[in-house]
Amino acid sequence: MNIVKYSKFYFIFSGLLILTSVIFLFAWGFKLGVDFTGGSLLELKFIQKEPKISELRKEINSVLGTDFTLQESGEKGIILRAKNITEEEHQEIIDTLGGKDEVIEERFEMVGSVVGKELRRSTMIALILALFFITIYVASAFRKVSKPIPSWQYAIAALIALFHDILITCGAFALFGKFLGIEVNIPFVAALLTILGYSINDTIVIFDRLREHIVREDETFGNIVNISIKETFARSLFTSITTLLPLFAILFFGGETLFPFVLALIIGIFFGTYSSIFIAPPVLYSWIRLKEKRSS
Amino acid sequence: MLRDWILVILVLAITVVGGLFAIPGNIAKKINLPVPEQFEKPFKLGLDLQGGTHLLYEADLSGIKKADWEESANGLRDVIERRVNLFGVQEPVVQTEQTSKGYRLIVELAGIDDPAEAIKEIGKTPFLEFREEMSDAEKKKILNMLPPEQIEETIKQVEKQTGKKVKKEDVVDYLPLYTPTELTGKYLKSAKVDFSENTFEPYISLEFNAEGAKLFRDLTKKNKGKTLAIYIDNQMISSPTVQEEISGGKAQITGQFTIEEAKELARNLSAGALPVPIKLISQQTVGPSLGKVSIEKSVNAGVIGFLLVILFMILFYRLSGIFASFSLLFYGVLILSLFKLIPVTLTLAGIAGFVLSLGMAVDANVLVFERLKEELKEKESFDLAINNAFSRAWTAVRDGNITTLITCLILFLVSSGFVQGFALVLGIGVLVSMFSAMIITKLYIKTFSNTKLGKLEKLWTR
Repeated sequence: MNIVKYSKFYFIFSGLLILTSVIFLFAWGFKLGVDFTGGSLLELKFIQKEPKISELRKEINSVLGTDFTLQESGEKGIILRAKNITEEEHQEIIDTLGGKDEVIEERFEMVGSVVGKELRRSTMIALILALFFITIYVASAFRKVSKPIPSWQYAIAALIALFHDILITCGAFALFGKFLGIEVNIPFVAALLTILGYSINDTIVIFDRLREHIVREDETFGNIVNISIKETFARSLFTSITTLLPLFAILFFGGETLFPFVLALIIGIFFGTYSSIFIAPPVLYSWIRLKEKRSS
Repeated sequence: MLRDWILVILVLAITVVGGLFAIPGNIAKKINLPVPEQFEKPFKLGLDLQGGTHLLYEADLSGIKKADWEESANGLRDVIERRVNLFGVQEPVVQTEQTSKGYRLIVELAGIDDPAEAIKEIGKTPFLEFREEMSDAEKKKILNMLPPEQIEETIKQVEKQTGKKVKKEDVVDYLPLYTPTELTGKYLKSAKVDFSENTFEPYISLEFNAEGAKLFRDLTKKNKGKTLAIYIDNQMISSPTVQEEISGGKAQITGQFTIEEAKELARNLSAGALPVPIKLISQQTVGPSLGKVSIEKSVNAGVIGFLLVILFMILFYRLSGIFASFSLLFYGVLILSLFKLIPVTLTLAGIAGFVLSLGMAVDANVLVFERLKEELKEKESFDLAINNAFSRAWTAVRDGNITTLITCLILFLVSSGFVQGFALVLGIGVLVSMFSAMIITKLYIKTFSNTKLGKLEKLWTR
């Protein structure tokens, strides 16, 4: 197994993925959910009749005007989205559609725009804090190994892998938002943060092996990287599989509400595993090579 | 060696007993095991699972001096809390939350039938009224209309409180049955706190306007020798006995108040309204049926996920995998029991976090078993290889888990609601999994490797 030999190939592959993701993000951005933008969402289920969207549109029109979207959800269900439905309008809509005998209210969310804005800010803070502390932790975990590379370079390599995973997951969700209408909401952020932890976790296990070999052996750095990856390959694969198995169980059997959340986790953990093997160690290796070339 | 066997049996016993306790639906009851009452403890379910409504109000503090903001916000919370208690919701949540610009009020009502009605009630002004005792005939009538279970329940309660045996016919004596009168907060002129000259206990003195004074005089005249109940927001605050007819329009509310409580009550009463106006700025309501479906589906997913992980571990690590599965079972049972005991409010996200943690919990074991394979290649003795595998995998296990714990901690501190539940569950999961994977699995493997099984090295790993 010679991973470092083909470093360029992995870099190009991942580079293309990241580039595409960034383009998606700039072109389409996320389709933000109600929790971030503020606004309302009403999910109703009809007890008897199959709802006819066009008729319902007219009825809701009489309460809300034209500024809303209506879509079907499952059998006999509808989801109504609008900028701001007040409590009074909410009750009026239910009455208009036949009251409590006709419809069951499955879900109603109304988020003020101020609350949405605050939430966006606090999630940003959470992401930045998490990155900050993880960097500090990784740097300090590797403080004792400084040959042939200083410990902070481990941290940077791990962070590059991390950005790789996060960017690709985000890019995928920009794509899903554009074509499948999947929204980005608070659970998505939780998923991102979990990916953050997981991705680093995966990289650290390989780096941990690396630091064990560096202290003990007199191999070239490239060989040490290869040996370390080879020895940890099965474990990287297996821990990811054992994590992905229950996630797939939720994806297929866990119901709609958790779907986007789990999807994000699966994508992130998949790429997290990939990057911990094919990105983080090669980055470290290329770094050394670059230094060697410069000094010679 | 004996010690190890005792520990193994102990762990297995904990797994079985914990499993009976932790698994929903209580298997113990179903198979008619004689389990005590305390054994059955339900999970605490979040709003998204049992249905309910989450309301966020902004308190308008513009008319109030900044120094008094906190007090007003607390007053507001207490008023709303009293009102919310009327809805018969189990463990309602009423909290204030300080923001950079002022105060917010969070109200969570679980399993409520009619959120619209609740929202209406919450916005109302506090309601003071005086009620008089019903006649015995009326009480009897009501007693006959009550369902027998409720009467029994009341008897139990009364017996608990008084320590005396109570017959069904006598329940009326203990029932606080009052009927509303015309005298309400509408006729209130002022309310303030005074202190009793003898006991220094605080009480609230009320002053009625002319019309109210007349109503109060008639009421006290009619009910001399009986009790007169004072209700605020439909809740009885006190029920003093009327000694004599009172004219002049002054009344007192005494009760087990602290000075703070009395002050706040007086303040709320004289304001005649919520201490500050509130505005609903966010609302989330989940219907009970959606929650039920969510639970069923996620429990299914959890079981399937668990079985898949076990299958995988046994397939790839054989005997070691079997022992890892046993310790995963122990892990699951321990976590679920902790959720019940702490208790952790389980949300959909929490369940997802738990299912995810099932996969992550075997991470440490995978690390150890992979290491074990390597150690065995070095032709070490089996015993030594096991010891080395566990101790050498430890740094990686530790470092890997700490990053997850860091993210959990940040998620927990910075966020709220959905994410917080997820972070808490995942964090507890990571901590407990380190224990189960490093201590419990090791115990199983060490103990059983000393039996005849230990001679069959090939069986232990792939």
